[in-house]
Amino acid sequence: MSQYQENATIIRFEQLTDSNVRLTLQTEEVAQAAKPGQFVMIRAGKSKDPLLRRPFSIHQTSSNGRMQILFKVTGRGTGLLAHCKEGETLSVFGPLGRGFRIDPARPACLIGGGMGIAPLLFLAKRICQIKNNTDSDMIILGGRSKGEIEPLVDDFQFLNIGLMCSTDDGSFGLHGLVTDVMRTLSLSNDCIVYSCGPEPMMKSVAAYCRELGIECQVSVESVMACGMGACLGCTIKAKDDRYVHVCSDGPVFNAEDLGWNL
Amino acid sequence: MEFIDDHDSFPDLRVKIGTLELQNPVMTASGTFGYAREFVNLVNLHRLGGVVVKGISLFPRQGNPPPRIVETSCGMLNAIGLENVGVDRFIEEKMPYLQGIKTPVIVNILGDSLDEYRHITEKLSQVSGVAAIEVNISCPNVKKGGVAFGSDPDMAAAVTRVVKQNTSLPVIVKLSPNVTDITQIASAVEQAGADAVSLINTLIGMAIDLRTKRPRLANVIGGLSGPAIKPVALRMVYLVSGCVSIPVIGIGGIESAEDALEFMLAGASAVQIGTASFINPRASEEVVEGIGDYVVREKLHSVRDIIGALETD
Repeated sequence: MSQYQENATIIRFEQLTDSNVRLTLQTEEVAQAAKPGQFVMIRAGKSKDPLLRRPFSIHQTSSNGRMQILFKVTGRGTGLLAHCKEGETLSVFGPLGRGFRIDPARPACLIGGGMGIAPLLFLAKRICQIKNNTDSDMIILGGRSKGEIEPLVDDFQFLNIGLMCSTDDGSFGLHGLVTDVMRTLSLSNDCIVYSCGPEPMMKSVAAYCRELGIECQVSVESVMACGMGACLGCTIKAKDDRYVHVCSDGPVFNAEDLGWNL
Repeated sequence: MEFIDDHDSFPDLRVKIGTLELQNPVMTASGTFGYAREFVNLVNLHRLGGVVVKGISLFPRQGNPPPRIVETSCGMLNAIGLENVGVDRFIEEKMPYLQGIKTPVIVNILGDSLDEYRHITEKLSQVSGVAAIEVNISCPNVKKGGVAFGSDPDMAAAVTRVVKQNTSLPVIVKLSPNVTDITQIASAVEQAGADAVSLINTLIGMAIDLRTKRPRLANVIGGLSGPAIKPVALRMVYLVSGCVSIPVIGIGGIESAEDALEFMLAGASAVQIGTASFINPRASEEVVEGIGDYVVREKLHSVRDIIGALETD
């Protein structure tokens, strides 16, 4: 598994909402090497403050080396990135971590909430590439309101996978949570659920999967300094009370392997 | 991987740490470079002066609960809690790879008691491929851990003696900055037989979340590292270099060759790159390159010319 550190040029800056931004970066190697569910570490700015890189899951890649990240402005790092201009370069390090495990023989159900939708586009596209038939696959996207998910839906609509949306306030798609939508589906026993979103959402998705006896892979996040297993800062509890590292053991885990108070 | 074994290579960057000969003065700092293998895709390990691996204890340690790290102004606080695989698994699982690299491998050790330090030292001394031992007497994170040894000159000397008595390898003692007078500790470990001292370990610090009214680290306190601590580290390296005659290894916020050279002017015979490797995995190799360029540009006979060459009058 090769990792690269490069200066990537911002070739497109999209302000999707007041606080949500999508960047398209031209990379030399990172995009080509990336797999769905993997992430990159990006340096926000060139000074010593803020010091550390920030982890971002890869939203999608293209064969010509382009890569997108999607983020909400939540602090200083993302605040700086939200002020970048097209043509500027960013130091990108990746691809990192263990991504989603895809089984082309089994139905897939992708469930994303808010910014957790980011890695699912890459996954959905890969599923379309490697599966002959996606009739039994499904994508559920949820958010707080229309603004949060509507700009993202286009990319999913062009895929040949059934798409359902929900919002907490009912302003787009169904009124309710992604788990409400999930419960209306008849998921087959051999289905794999792939989920990324706020922790409470992933917990309830995982709990429902456990109820049905269905495999559930979740992509989790953590603060991290290095992204490559050196700092040991990104630990979370595993089911046996041991710690696992989000950067190198994850960020995608089998939900059953995590000890997140299910 | 390119293999460099040319001891007459130009520029001359060789330094000596006791009996340990390094091809250049740049090492990785313990706990910031894993067990080296993590970096092999990014760094030519053979170009480094030395690799100091993650601190090893007698038994495996799980480390502290999360959150373990928090970013601060120009730095970061960590309370990893000395998570490591323990000396037996280290020897079994990590050493075979490390034995394959030509760069000297320095193993950082830590313990809760003199007995633990003795046991780890004995075990490591029987393994080939260990070039030196760095004794962590200063990690502030584990309540029962090194802090007592590192802050008391007699205890620091006692640990040093135990390690020295049980190995013929060079012994480097890594000093804590969280003491009233670091020169006292440095002198004590020198008298106890240390072959070198490395400093500084992290400065104890704290960060608070005003919104939640809670500490940002689960462990409440942690160790501060990164560029924020460089001026403190430089001063301590300067002071210690003036009071001991064993080599001093400078650590603390070094990101560039310029930073490293400043530490050498202050008296350091070598340096370690720590937090910088998190941000730029190639930082250590780039510092080697930069020091080489400096030696050429300044037409120095060797990099050793600038060790302690600070002009203060």
